[in-house]
Amino acid sequence: MKLLYFATVREAIGLSCEERALPQDALTVGDCVAWLARQSAEHAAALGNQSRLRFALDQNMVMVDALLGDAQELAIFPPVTGG
Amino acid sequence: MKSVRISSAPIVPETELSVLAGLGGGAVSSFTGIARDDGGVTAIELEHYPTMTEGCLLRLIEAATARWSLLGAVITHRVGIVPVGEPVVVVGAASRHRAEALEATAFLIDRLKTEAPFWKREHYADGTSKWVDAKSTDDARSERWA
Repeated sequence: MKLLYFATVREAIGLSCEERALPQDALTVGDCVAWLARQSAEHAAALGNQSRLRFALDQNMVMVDALLGDAQELAIFPPVTGG
Repeated sequence: MKSVRISSAPIVPETELSVLAGLGGGAVSSFTGIARDDGGVTAIELEHYPTMTEGCLLRLIEAATARWSLLGAVITHRVGIVPVGEPVVVVGAASRHRAEALEATAFLIDRLKTEAPFWKREHYADGTSKWVDAKSTDDARSERWA
C-alpha cells in the first residue's frame, strides 16, 4: 500500500509518503492506521488519535471504517482548512 | 462550462471569472477569499494533495450543477505562499437569474472548506509559523447544504 501524509501528519512522521506491506488482517482504514501507529514513535504520535484524522482512499474521502479492498493509495491527514 | 484551476502564481479574480459573463445568463455571482492579517500574520502557506485536488473540486461543481440550473461555474485555488492581502480562492457561478448563482456560490465555498484537500499554515512577522485548525463553524455551514 502506498501511504501519503499531509500537513501535521507529514511533519510528525517526517515523511510525505512511504510504501508498506500491510498485514493480512488489516481490512479497514482504521485497521491500517492502528497498525501503522505501532511502527515507530513518530507514527504513534501522528496516528494515535484516529478521531483527529481524515482519510482518502485512491483520492476519495472515506470514513475510518471503509474497507481497503483493492485500493492502491491511502492518504492520512488532519481536517482540511482550505479556502 | 466547468473550470477548475490550481495556481502557484497570484490569481486575478476578474480574469478567472471573465468567462462566466459570456454564457448568455443574466447573473454572475462570485466569492473571493483573501489571505487575512490575523494578529501579525504576514502570509499563509497552502499545501494540497495534487492528484486529488482537481477531481475533488470538479465533483463539487458537478454537485452544484445537479442541484441548481447553472450555465457555468469556476473554482480557482492558490497554493504555496500567499502574502496577506492576496486572493487565496475564487469561486464563481453563472445562471439565468440571480438566486441560482448566489446559492451555488455559497454552496461551493462552504463545501470546498470542509471537503477539498488543502491545509493552511500561518506565517508570522517574527519568522514562526503555525498550522491552522479546522473550525466547527465551517462544518456547520457545510452541513446546511446536506
